[in-house]
Amino acid sequence: MREPFITLTTTVIPMELENVDTDQIIPARFLKATTREGFGDNLFRDWRYDGDGNPRPGFILNDPARRGEVLAAGKNFGCGSSREHAAWAIRDAGFRAVVSSHFADIFRNNALNNGLLPVQVPAGCLTRLFAILRERPDAPVTIDLERQRLRFEGEEQHFEISPYKKECLLKGYDDIDYLLGIREKIEEYEKQRTI
Amino acid sequence: MNTLFDKIWDAHVVETLPGGASVLYIDRHYIHEVTSPQAFEGLQQRGVEVFRPGQVTATPDHNIPTTRQHLPASDPLSREQLTALARNCARHGISIFKVGTPRHGIVHVTGPESGLTRPGMTIVCGDSHTSTHGAFGCVAFGIGTSEVEMVLASQCILQSKPGVMRVRVEGELPAGACSKDIILHVISRLGTGGGTGYFIEFAGSTIRALSMEARMTICNMSIEMGARGGMIAPDETTLAYLEGRPFAPRGVEWERAAERWRALRGDPGGRFDAEVTFRAAGIEPMITYGTNPGTAIPVGGVIPPDAERRALEYMGFHAGEPMIGKKIDHVFVGSCTNGRLEDLRAFAAVVKGRRKSPRVTAWIVPGSKEVERRAIEEGVRDTLAAAGFELRQPGCSACLAMNEDKIPPGKYCVATSNRNFEGRQGPGARTLLAGPLVAAAAAITGEIRDPREFM
Repeated sequence: MREPFITLTTTVIPMELENVDTDQIIPARFLKATTREGFGDNLFRDWRYDGDGNPRPGFILNDPARRGEVLAAGKNFGCGSSREHAAWAIRDAGFRAVVSSHFADIFRNNALNNGLLPVQVPAGCLTRLFAILRERPDAPVTIDLERQRLRFEGEEQHFEISPYKKECLLKGYDDIDYLLGIREKIEEYEKQRTI
Repeated sequence: MNTLFDKIWDAHVVETLPGGASVLYIDRHYIHEVTSPQAFEGLQQRGVEVFRPGQVTATPDHNIPTTRQHLPASDPLSREQLTALARNCARHGISIFKVGTPRHGIVHVTGPESGLTRPGMTIVCGDSHTSTHGAFGCVAFGIGTSEVEMVLASQCILQSKPGVMRVRVEGELPAGACSKDIILHVISRLGTGGGTGYFIEFAGSTIRALSMEARMTICNMSIEMGARGGMIAPDETTLAYLEGRPFAPRGVEWERAAERWRALRGDPGGRFDAEVTFRAAGIEPMITYGTNPGTAIPVGGVIPPDAERRALEYMGFHAGEPMIGKKIDHVFVGSCTNGRLEDLRAFAAVVKGRRKSPRVTAWIVPGSKEVERRAIEEGVRDTLAAAGFELRQPGCSACLAMNEDKIPPGKYCVATSNRNFEGRQGPGARTLLAGPLVAAAAAITGEIRDPREFM
């Protein structure tokens, strides 16, 4: 059981970049742990810190005015490597959802399997969200998973999620609980399989 | 009217959930040291055993050194991951291709060459380049660690069925162009998100004429355009490659399997959700200038005016500049993309009788022990040595720089691997993706050159 996701009202950290790949989210040299914890410290490591470990002042996560549990980023977020460490790092750093106009497939699954909600919205909606956040860094958004809505400043945007995954997130269940429950059915399948 | 993808997928559906997600049965599960420890930890916390250990094969590859492999990895964290993999496999009865043994190699090289990857299978691995195995007419795709845990626990995975896109390449490939150039060309046209939501079937006369190793390079990089995976229908080339491999069926079993595999094809008129055709005649040796694999241009081309500014700043390039003549510092030949015997042969053919440029540090890394063995046997290693190149030991190496093989900050590396993201080959490293021929021309001159000059 993990913490259910029902609704969330929070501020947003905007990252106005496209094709943010998992090598940026968590560089390969930090993938050497054998547990799932602690990856948040190295989230966006090489964008956040210089070679000596000093914070880079221009990077959005280092801006003290920016706080929030939602990350918003340009299209094709999470492309590249399948490393689930990317989803763990974002979650570990305190984010509960990512808003983008497009997610890479494997990242989307990894996020959903870790209680991190990928909210995919039309490009125009994302552009408006970015514009508002440029003006008012503390503008809040609300994500209502039950009703599949993202709300901010008078705008209400529907987003898609598979009914099964939605149920899992609302209740804090995961796929393994389900698959373990149908092992007999899997054994039946194996009897007729030819390979 | 089903596509080959539909047929294989549908034959593996155990059940369909409300909303359409499939419980998909997995025939073969490859694991490695980086994305599996947390999955085993999860199983232990749940008190669950591995459901079908006989269908799981492990290979340590991401972290390992590529010299002096008889010694333990020097980094204690890498060593701990490698130890954890060995321990988890021993505890659960999973076979492992240990470092230094004849079957060891990069998971996507050793799986096919050992005959474990076979047509019609569903294959997963906690690595995005699992798409490589699609070259055998498999539905093969990369997964995350939670999904690795799912498959260990149940031999199944929950997945939504993607759409199917057909990418056809037609005609004769010009001399000097190779399969890496085909896929870089395709990605440069379709974009890094061009395949998102799709599984790609590669088809057409150009693809049919390719060897299995060349087909693997194509399928390998389908993930770089966002596709879930890529596949090529099996044919006589596929069967000839598989026959006699250590784990391939033998005798009557082989005959039966071969008959089944010959019948594995999409229906004529099968419906694709998207379709695009390329002419091979226009494909030239390619190289990337930017920080994603969609930024490839012909090696003789100039950086386009609309190139992303951020990427050019990182690379230290300017729009309008030609690629030819740019100085480079490193050359990396290897990875699951281009670390096979044909790649080493192609590289060796260009450097034969020439010398490595003194300004270049070159790492030539075979994809597996088998590739290494054959490179030694047929004299490729000697050719390389005579030109000043050392053949290292197999592993993922500088493709993702998890081991010691890192490109220093600011340095340029022509790499035959699959990703040129910022910092991919080490913090600040600047990667130019290309095929083994372009890499060879760079290695002997210390700059970007057209390999056709040397052929």
